[in-house]
Amino acid sequence: MEDLEREYHKILADYVKEQSERTLYIGQNFVRQLIRRNISPEDVVSLHKDAVETIYPAQFDELRLAYDFLIEMMVHYGMAMREHQSLLQKQAEIQMEMNIAANVQKTMLKTPIPSDMTIDIGMLSKPLKNVNGDYVHFIDDKKYISVAVTDVVGKGVPAALCMSMVKFGLESMEEYAHDPEHVLGVLNRIVERNVDDSMFISMFYGCYLREWGLFYYASAGHEPAFLYRAEENKFYDLEAKGMLLGIVPTTKYKRSEVLLEDGDIIVIVTDGVTEFRRDDTVDERQVVASLIHDVKGLPAQSICEYLYSELEEMQEFELKDDFSVVVIKKV
Amino acid sequence: MQKKSSVEIVTEWDIVAARQLGRNKAKEIGFGTVDQARITTAISELARNIYLYARFGNIHIEWIEEGDKKGIKIIAKDKGPGIEDVRKVLEDGYSTSGGLGAGLPGVKRLMDSMEIQSEINKGTTITITKWLR
Repeated sequence: MEDLEREYHKILADYVKEQSERTLYIGQNFVRQLIRRNISPEDVVSLHKDAVETIYPAQFDELRLAYDFLIEMMVHYGMAMREHQSLLQKQAEIQMEMNIAANVQKTMLKTPIPSDMTIDIGMLSKPLKNVNGDYVHFIDDKKYISVAVTDVVGKGVPAALCMSMVKFGLESMEEYAHDPEHVLGVLNRIVERNVDDSMFISMFYGCYLREWGLFYYASAGHEPAFLYRAEENKFYDLEAKGMLLGIVPTTKYKRSEVLLEDGDIIVIVTDGVTEFRRDDTVDERQVVASLIHDVKGLPAQSICEYLYSELEEMQEFELKDDFSVVVIKKV
Repeated sequence: MQKKSSVEIVTEWDIVAARQLGRNKAKEIGFGTVDQARITTAISELARNIYLYARFGNIHIEWIEEGDKKGIKIIAKDKGPGIEDVRKVLEDGYSTSGGLGAGLPGVKRLMDSMEIQSEINKGTTITITKWLR
């Protein structure tokens, strides 16, 4: 503190003498130092008071009381400043924890993308904040490939916590992975029992039989998937009725199926992909379909990446929700 | 010179009396202007808490010595509703005055140490101290 007093006194005295811009600049650097050393406003006023007393000893008696009053007022400012600093520090800690959580989640939710000579699969899942409320899970069996695309309504940490439960549910049912109705039925009961009423989870569950080229699926309140028929050059909705997970424990889910021909493409998305509208005149699904159509000849992974970059640009790089897309292409 | 004194807090003006007592004592002990202002502000906050949340209580102020160290100790005592979660009220941003730096975390930072004892429906005792450097 004493070194600061000396330094401040010198800067103020210089300024009083010559009023140069240079002194003001030195003063600014001095304040930086004060802030770095967490000197509070009441101490700064006190520094100033002492310096003024030395420079103007004759007039000072009249001013002393005014300075004391200002010190008194500044104590409250100082309290607010220190609270602010402590909150900033707390925020930095939370941010660090979030980054660790995001890494834990990334490792936990990693899923290898299956592929073989007859089917080309691509996948992309981007969280809006650092943790993801979407989840894509593949199971690669000799006979079939199954895929689950999940969206927890809501974003951030609460959604991410729910996600882990869905992952463990899916993993514990691997022997039923070829049975969408069964998987959705069990998950529905797990979610109903364990998740708060304000949390909703939708899931699209599909299964591709390698030998037959048959894709069958069921859905729990999830956005319909896109089906592109190469021969007709036309898009269809893969819709399946079924309630969101966790609402009614007795919900039954129904299976639908399509036979895939060469060149057909299935695109499963979460609503982060299709909900980007800024006015009512745009049919979002049509926009997505036409984007898919533009690049239908590309490999599945490139289609995913193209959709992401185009839709991100359309929303001026400010997505509103977690974004996940799976592309399955019969080749 | 009296080493101990206290003020009953019943009306808002008693907060002023507590401040005055604290300031006089801090001056006697030899605290500088800035620390006097800090000690007084801390007392003011504690007295105000008593007045607002416990309705009455008292502020007790004493001169303390430990070896060749001198300091001030303030004990704020009430028989009010008590504090449910002491750890929570010591968190920044928790008190309803949030963001204004007031509240117990702010008081704690003005002083060298703070101790809280509280029992639901029985009351709260907060002890703060500051040493002369």
